[in-house]
Amino acid sequence: MARTYINDLDSQESGGLRILQAIHLDPPLTIALLLLTACGLGVLYSAGDQNIDLIIRQSTRLVLAFGVMILMAQIPPQNFKLWAPWIFLLSIILLTFVLILGDVGKGAQRWLDFGFVRFQPSEMMKLAAPMMVAWFFADKALPPGYKNLFVSLVLVVIPTMLIAKQPDLGTSLLIAASGFFVIYFAGLRWRMLASFGVLMTALAPLIWHYMHDYQRRRVLTFLNPENDPLGAGYHIIQSKIAIGSGGLYGKGWLNGTQSHLDFLPERSTDFIFAVYAEEFGFLGVMLLLALYFFIVIRGLIIASKAQDSFGRLLAGSLSLTFLVYLFVNVGMVSGLLPVVGVPLPLVSYGGTSMVTLMAGFGMLMSINSHRRLLRK
Amino acid sequence: MYRTLIKDLYMEVRMFKLRAIVAALTSIVLITLLLVRLFQLQIIEHAHFDTLSDNNRVRLKSTEPNRGLIYDRYGMVMAENQPTFSLDVTPEEVDDIEKTLIELGKIISIQETDIKRFNKALKRHKPFQGVTLRSNLSEKEVAALAINRYRFPGVDFKTQLTRYYPMGSSAVHAIGYVGRIDEAELQRVDSSQYNGSSHIGKVGVERYYEESLHGKLGYKKVEVNVQGRVLRTLEETPPVPGKDLILSIDAGLQATAEYAMGDNSGALVAIEPSTGEVLALVSMPMYDPNPFVHGISRRAYKALQKSGERPQFNRALSGQYPPGSIMKPFIGLGGLDTAQIGVHEEVFCEGYYLLPNEERKYRDWKKTGHLDTDIKKALAESCDVYFYQLAYRMGIDRIFGFLDLFGFGKKTGIDTTGERTGLLPSRDWKKRTKNTIWYPGETLITGIGQGYMLATPLQMASATATLAMRGERRQPHVLRAIRDNQSGETLRNQIVKHKSITLKSKKHWSKIISGMKEVVHGVHGTARSIGYDLTYKMAGKTGTAQVYGIAQDEEYDEENLAKKLRDHALFSAFAPIKNPKIAVAIIVENGGSGGQIAAPIAKQVINHYLHKNYGKNIH
Repeated sequence: MARTYINDLDSQESGGLRILQAIHLDPPLTIALLLLTACGLGVLYSAGDQNIDLIIRQSTRLVLAFGVMILMAQIPPQNFKLWAPWIFLLSIILLTFVLILGDVGKGAQRWLDFGFVRFQPSEMMKLAAPMMVAWFFADKALPPGYKNLFVSLVLVVIPTMLIAKQPDLGTSLLIAASGFFVIYFAGLRWRMLASFGVLMTALAPLIWHYMHDYQRRRVLTFLNPENDPLGAGYHIIQSKIAIGSGGLYGKGWLNGTQSHLDFLPERSTDFIFAVYAEEFGFLGVMLLLALYFFIVIRGLIIASKAQDSFGRLLAGSLSLTFLVYLFVNVGMVSGLLPVVGVPLPLVSYGGTSMVTLMAGFGMLMSINSHRRLLRK
Repeated sequence: MYRTLIKDLYMEVRMFKLRAIVAALTSIVLITLLLVRLFQLQIIEHAHFDTLSDNNRVRLKSTEPNRGLIYDRYGMVMAENQPTFSLDVTPEEVDDIEKTLIELGKIISIQETDIKRFNKALKRHKPFQGVTLRSNLSEKEVAALAINRYRFPGVDFKTQLTRYYPMGSSAVHAIGYVGRIDEAELQRVDSSQYNGSSHIGKVGVERYYEESLHGKLGYKKVEVNVQGRVLRTLEETPPVPGKDLILSIDAGLQATAEYAMGDNSGALVAIEPSTGEVLALVSMPMYDPNPFVHGISRRAYKALQKSGERPQFNRALSGQYPPGSIMKPFIGLGGLDTAQIGVHEEVFCEGYYLLPNEERKYRDWKKTGHLDTDIKKALAESCDVYFYQLAYRMGIDRIFGFLDLFGFGKKTGIDTTGERTGLLPSRDWKKRTKNTIWYPGETLITGIGQGYMLATPLQMASATATLAMRGERRQPHVLRAIRDNQSGETLRNQIVKHKSITLKSKKHWSKIISGMKEVVHGVHGTARSIGYDLTYKMAGKTGTAQVYGIAQDEEYDEENLAKKLRDHALFSAFAPIKNPKIAVAIIVENGGSGGQIAAPIAKQVINHYLHKNYGKNIH
């Protein structure tokens, strides 16, 4: 059957917005993303001590990331569905490869170096895992039965374990979450959800047992950062001071003393939120979180309007994963969660995760804009 | 079974929408959770974190004010501030402190005491502030360290101004010295003013005028980064430098006096009678105050302490000696004024004095006696029997009352540290301290300045000055003027006039003074050896104070007595008689005879002062 796709022409806006729509971009989401990344550049300028090189590098990445997003938006969602198993399989192979190389090298091994490009297979898996689970459920009757549920869980656990082994606790948690969200949207029974929660709590000691020393330390430090004020607790203490001293209005852009006098570590990357909170205060924080919230909600709306199960599940999962990013990062920086290496999405300095995120948003837009003409 | 196998699109969309709504609500909950947390940090606990943030970045650095300098009356520098290098270690920037200390010890000398002090200071140091390891580095050490500096991160030189006494030991007992401030002193002073200071006046003028010399501490609020490096100054209050002191001490006279004292232990105080200004304040032996500034080594300090002569003991102010015969002019004056003896009345001296109904012989120093003796002769020849007789007539109460007028037994109130009261005995005092009655024999020996009576050289000099001024009393002081370095103003120290001593007849002053003139210029004067070539007239009184009590009928044999037990030689004098410019009291411990030992010293000192200031033709 020949398939015809048309743009979603629900809204009849004019001018620039129409151009966006013509290239399959969702105007509200695109504008929100642009705003967020622009804001991110501003904070980074301050966090990086007004280092122009840093801004140029980050801008280059942003341009690349938006390029990837636009590119993804052009690809019809059916193609993603078609490719999902292969991408997943490739990611698994690469992750295994990384692990083997990691055994040779020492410590955490996350990168594959192809000579011309350095590549983090776990980033690929961030998209591949939800795609795979969504693919798995796409043509099945939903809500899933126990057998399918079990298979889907296995599909989530395999990449999670591989990445946790690297070890990269943050990413593995994100991937587990993204896969789990697909299962949730596919119709995981509420009772099951509840018992799953209970199971996780029960498994906590077991997880603790398999944790690396540094991971355990992080958890302990999280529970009581003042125990080790100059060691592992230092990050959290200084970050809390930065956020707290920002107050309602903040110290003003470029005026954060915690960040500019080097008291705040990792301030361009994982702890950039503390810089923002110090300089823009609680008002700025509310605005920023509102922007994130808008993006998540817009993603969920797109998901609800998706035409098929695959699109729905994938879009829903990607949106919620984005929220998890935010929650884990801000929770960590404000001392609500233990320190796990999760950047503030689209704001923290660093390329790979940004490209992955924008690719995800590209898929969302693709799901939103490529609509099959349905017979009336 | 059926439902699970067949895809129900309608139901699936409905279910998804419900779940999307639940997800949206969960998002709201999570974001609210974050906002609550941030609200807690940024609004509720804002003040707390703001303080922590300021504590992180703002440091209060105090700037030590420059200590005021000390000059002599002619502007010679007696205490100044010299730039010195010290070695500071910032513990936060050093990986292994012990190893660093060992390595540094190979380049410069680091004593055990340095390390002890360093470790003590290390315990209470503020983060990123240097702790002094060594002070007063020599130029050689500075050079050696400079070359090796790259090997010692966190080790820095600090330049500071350090007290230096260019005259060394000269006048040390007047000026005193500064030293490292200790816990007890921090309790005593306004510690906020000593935040940046390491030193404080320990004794002498340095301590007495500490407040003026110290100045006011300056403050700098600085912003530092995480390494503790100062980035900028937020606020600054400059220090107020200490005030300069111009002392009444004449450094030249002081040196002359010290030289004249030679190797003897003892003291000399010279006062300008008309003002009470102390011109020279000597206590022998002396010691160099400079090592105390940097912290004297334990060994050097022990040596000072153990030395039998006790150089740190300020004999001029703290030394309490039996004044001996130099009390005679005052007793004589009292006798005349209380009409216990006539101006021309003679006492027959046969070499000893007997109290009625007593066997004990109170001997005169001259075994053969002075025969017929009036007041003038009694002073000139220092006849003991005359004063036994006079003292007996006056009784202890009158003696006490009269000598009290001259300030004996009381502090003079001089503006430096270490002064003691001496002792002017009285019936009351004896009852109080010894719980016995006063015996007439004790009155006799008080009449010749022996027995319980004790006086400091300063008291003797001050009383002599009062005598020279014929009753006008001036409080002795060492500060002549004080200079405010900020306003440039110099303020003269006020002369403190005590209540004058008024006698029934002014002629009594002249009588006593003429007797004292005879001591120096008379044919039989006890100090006639110094009088023959004086270009001016001097009034004086010799004294020889017993240290060793000789038993009845025993002879005092100087040759066979150990030096320690020999008599103290005393001399008090003022000159010129008509217009007194200088009054001096001298004690040479175990010197023997006052006329032979102490009087020539007085001559050198008075000669120097009068000739320098008033020329050779002074009368």
